[in-house]
Order: sequence, then C-alpha cells, then structure tokens
Amino acid sequence: MVTSLQAFIGQLLPLYPELVIITIALTVLLLDFFVDRQNKAMLGWYSLIGIVIAASMTIKLSGLAGSFFGGTFLLDPFAAYFKLAFYTACGLGILISMKYLDIEDIHRGEYYALMLFATSGMMLMASAGDLISLYLGLELMALSIYVLAGFMRSDSRSNEAGIKYLLLGAFSSGIMLYGMSLLYGLSGTTNLNGILVFLRGADLANPVLFLSMVMLIVSFGFKVAAVPFHMWVPDVYEGAPTSVTAFMSAGPKVAGFAVLLRIFAHTLLPLQEHSTVILAGIAMITMAVGNIMAIAQTNIKRMLAYSSIAHAGYALVGLAAGGREGAASVMLYVLIYAVMNMGAFGVVIMLRNAGVRGEEITDFSGLGKTNKAAAFLMLIFLFSLTGIPPMAGFIGKFYIFKSAVQAGMVWLAVVGVLFSAISAYFYLRVIMVMYMHEPKEEFNLVQSPALALALAIAVTAVIVIGVYPSGVLEFARASIIGIL
Amino acid sequence: MINQLIFAYFAAVIVVSAVLVITRKNPVHSVMFMLLLFFHIAGVFVLLNAEFLAAVQLIVYAGAILILFLFVVILLSVERESQAARANRFWPWLAGFGLIIAGEIALLVLRGSFPGEGKMAVQVAGAGVRDLGVVLYSKFLVPFEISSVILLVGLIGAVMLAKKKTNE
Repeated sequence: MVTSLQAFIGQLLPLYPELVIITIALTVLLLDFFVDRQNKAMLGWYSLIGIVIAASMTIKLSGLAGSFFGGTFLLDPFAAYFKLAFYTACGLGILISMKYLDIEDIHRGEYYALMLFATSGMMLMASAGDLISLYLGLELMALSIYVLAGFMRSDSRSNEAGIKYLLLGAFSSGIMLYGMSLLYGLSGTTNLNGILVFLRGADLANPVLFLSMVMLIVSFGFKVAAVPFHMWVPDVYEGAPTSVTAFMSAGPKVAGFAVLLRIFAHTLLPLQEHSTVILAGIAMITMAVGNIMAIAQTNIKRMLAYSSIAHAGYALVGLAAGGREGAASVMLYVLIYAVMNMGAFGVVIMLRNAGVRGEEITDFSGLGKTNKAAAFLMLIFLFSLTGIPPMAGFIGKFYIFKSAVQAGMVWLAVVGVLFSAISAYFYLRVIMVMYMHEPKEEFNLVQSPALALALAIAVTAVIVIGVYPSGVLEFARASIIGIL
Repeated sequence: MINQLIFAYFAAVIVVSAVLVITRKNPVHSVMFMLLLFFHIAGVFVLLNAEFLAAVQLIVYAGAILILFLFVVILLSVERESQAARANRFWPWLAGFGLIIAGEIALLVLRGSFPGEGKMAVQVAGAGVRDLGVVLYSKFLVPFEISSVILLVGLIGAVMLAKKKTNE
C-alpha cells in the first residue's frame, strides 16, 4: 500500500508547481483566520514565497519534457516559459496590491488565494494537452478573476465590472465549447496532438472545420480583448480594483496568447492558410480601434484599457505572421507587455490615496515637480508602451513587425507602425500633463516597500530587456521547440 | 431514424424552453421552464447511452439545484421582478442577427461531414459507473481534480461576494 502511494506521489512530479500554488492558496485561506486585519500583508508575502518555490520547481522540471496523465498534461519548454511569465505577473500583482487593499479597506485573505487560484488556472492552460484540461484551466482562471473584479462589494462600479465580465465570459466560454465540440465531432478525439494527426490526413475543405476554427478565434478573442470582442474591456478595467486591473491586463491576456499559440501554431497548423487571414484582419482592426479610442479617454484606467486592446492587436500581428519567428516574437512581446503594463498600473496605484481617487489623467498634473521619482518611472513605462528605444516595448514591437515582414505581410507591419505612431499621442499626453502642467493640489503619494520593490523589478526588466534583448529572445526561441 | 426523431423532439423542446426561461416575466415560470429544459437534456444523455449522466442530471440539477433556485425566487419579491423589462428596445435587431448566425452555422454543418462520428475520446469496455470512475481517476485525473478546485473557487467567490458586511 505504502509503495503504491509513493509511486502515485512520484507520478505527480510534473504537476508539482501547480500543486504548490494551489496548496499555498488553500493555506492562505486557513491562515486568514489567524492573521489580524492590520497584518494581512503577511499573507501576501507568504503567497510570494509560494510563487518563488513554484518558479524554482518549474525551472528544475524544465529538463523533464513530455506528455503526462494520458496526454492531458504537457510539460515542455513552451509551457515553462509561460509559467515563468505568470509567476512574474502574479508576483508583481501581489506586490502592488498590499498597500492598495488597505486603502480601499478590502484587505482580505481571499484576495491572495484567488490570485493564486487564477495563476494555477493559467499554468494549467499553458500545460494543457487536451481540450478538456484546457477548458477547465481557463474556467479556473476566469472564475477567480470574475470574483476579483467584483472584490469591492460596496462599490457599484466594481459590482458592474464583476457582473459584466462574468456574463460576457460565460458567453465566450459557451462559444468556445461549441467550437471544441465540433472539433471533437470531426476528429473523434479531444487530445491536441490527436487533432493535429487527424487534420494532417483530413479534408481541409470541410466547412465544419472552418466553423470550429472561427468559434475558437472568437472565444479567445474575448479573452485577449481583441476587437470586435472587446466591448467589456473598458468598463471592467475601470470598475475593477486597480490592482486587479493590473493583474487582469497581464495574466489572463498572456495566458490567452499561450493558448492561441498552442492551438493555432500547433494543433490547427494545417489550417494556417485560413486562420492567418482572419487573425491578420482582427489584428488590424484591434490596433485601429484600441489606439483611436484611447485618444478620447480622460480616465487613466480606461485609457490603459484601450491601450491593452491595442497591444493585443500587436501581439496578434505576430500570431498572424506565424512560423518560428512569429511565435517567438509573440512570446517575447506578451512578456514585455505584461511587465511594462503592470509597472504603469503600479504608478497609477500610487496616486490612489485616502480621499483621492487618482484615476483621472488630470490627477497627474505636475507630478514631475511634486514627485520626481514616480513621474520618472511613469515616463519610462509610457515610453516603453509607446515603443520608444531603448525601452523593452520597442524591442517587442520591432520583432513583431519584423516577423510580419518576413512572412510577407508588409502591409500589416506598415499599419502596425502607423497606429503605433498614433499611440504616441495619448501616451505622451500623460507625460506632458506630468511635466508641463502646474500641480493642482498638494497630496502625498502612497508609498510602501512592496510597491517600490514591484516598480524596481518592472523598471529594471523594461530597461534590461530593452538594452539587451537577445537573452530573453533566445529563451523564447528555444521555448517553441516543444510546439513547432 | 426513430432515434433522430426523438433527438429532434428533445432538441426542439430544449431550445424553446431555453428561450422561454429568459423571456418569461414571472421568475417562477422561468424556473419551471428551466426544469423542463433539464429533463430534456437528461433525455439527450439517455439517447447517447450515458444513463449515469442522465440520472445525475436529474438528481443534481432537476432535483437539488432547481429546488434551491425556486426557494430563492420565492424569497425574492416576485412582484417587483415581474415589472423589470426582459429586453431592451433593440431586441428585434439582435434576434435577427442571432438568427442569421444560427442559419449560417446550420448551413455550414449541413454541408460538412463528421468523419469522427461514433469515435470515442476514450475506449472503455462498458459505459457503466465503474468504467466512468476508472477513466476519471486515470486518464482524466488532472481535469477531474481541476474541476474540484473550480468548485472550491466558486464556493469562495459566492461566500465572499454575498456575505454580510460585518466588522469592516
């Protein structure tokens, strides 16, 4: 009996990082009872320790590649790369949350538990080798984030955000399941490799195949906030607690791209001829709508929401370009995007002080005079989001557009660069407000060691990747071996 | 042939009662149509030789969850709920748009073929509860355990969002 139990635990080895994250989440819920309300941040630090342990396990397991549990769970460099991105997003998210939750008076242990559950869902999505485990990982992530979006129970905007996200998320899940069930009806298997084997010998002119592919694009379009499936984004990003918005704009979006890459660069590769056209079209309108709508925003959270739509568009350009270079450029881009976007939200969070909401762009007036450090950090993140060298954002966009040109889609790259130029208007406007306008009123920025640490990590990453991109790029290139 | 006719009956009732669930003004009626919906979904499971799922569908959804729904609806003010509009003024346009998409899907599915028809994701000897359990605890262990975490998150979320504001 003992030996079979030991054998069973040995079999669980590939799942250790996920198990660590889930165990930490469960113990956070328990420890929550014993921690005073003033000391809830301890639970955040405890969660961070769990993330570090899981990350070290993921790195250790990177030598062990293959498919486990009957093909439902994959361990490959591709999954490991994305898991490290999720740890980064979750870790930064927890660091920028601690002080903010105190100010909003919503500091409860469930917050950290839900962040960890969402992270474990993303990890399972990146590792999924089967449509069923893919869908369940996605639901685990989505369900946790619906609750987080509505975490400020007494705030009507937060309630609205939670409800809207839940309803539209449920619809997109329904569409996804329909597409998956058609794919299952066609191939007779839910295994991603099995579907690829089937497609290689199948009649690709079958309209049902096309239908299921379109449904998958639609549903993942919802998750990564691509136009025309972006309607929920501005309201949800504005209404959710800012720390959740930061996490939501990074984690689920990166996870969505992990799945998009796994499905469109691997499972549905034989359909590339059709999928490229659709993805390129969506990429173009996503960049257009995101960048143009962002110009008109006065609320910084709404502006960053539209900016996150536009950035999904850039990443979709790389996905449409396809091939090894396209996939590597998307992987590099989503990582850079996650770090710089969370950095920008970290500065926005500093403006939220007791009594001051700090969500309007005019609230940034004169920040360059009253708080030089915060304004300078915001400057770096906004430059990076615009894509100005030597920040990381430039490198990300450079490789995306380069892969599009190499794939013979020069027009898409030109459109991307044009809209990228338009985006400079609304990013630089914030910088102008910070440095050219006089301070409206005196108020103190919120400062905490955790927030400072998060901003330091983000700014270091943005500059280091910007100056020396080959390290991360080579890592991304090496990581696609598993899928292509 | 007879199987297809029975399926057509179940499918038609499922669609019609689903539409009625969201369009009835009285919430109690909505719940009753949902009961009808669940019964017919169980019927589809029987057609697919998934007797155990059909039984679970009836016991868990029709039996337990729907009764809870009914309790909640009755505790709410039915009067006030009945007053609220069920659709906004754009609904004919949206319904038309939905019908166009449904027509497109139907057209594509009718023109296509399903080479995987009859193939199973897992090959098991029988379709009994035992075989289901074996599959869930071997090949689909990971998805099965993820669903338990999903249920836990749902539980935490519901308690989190619904509990009374106490000492904060």
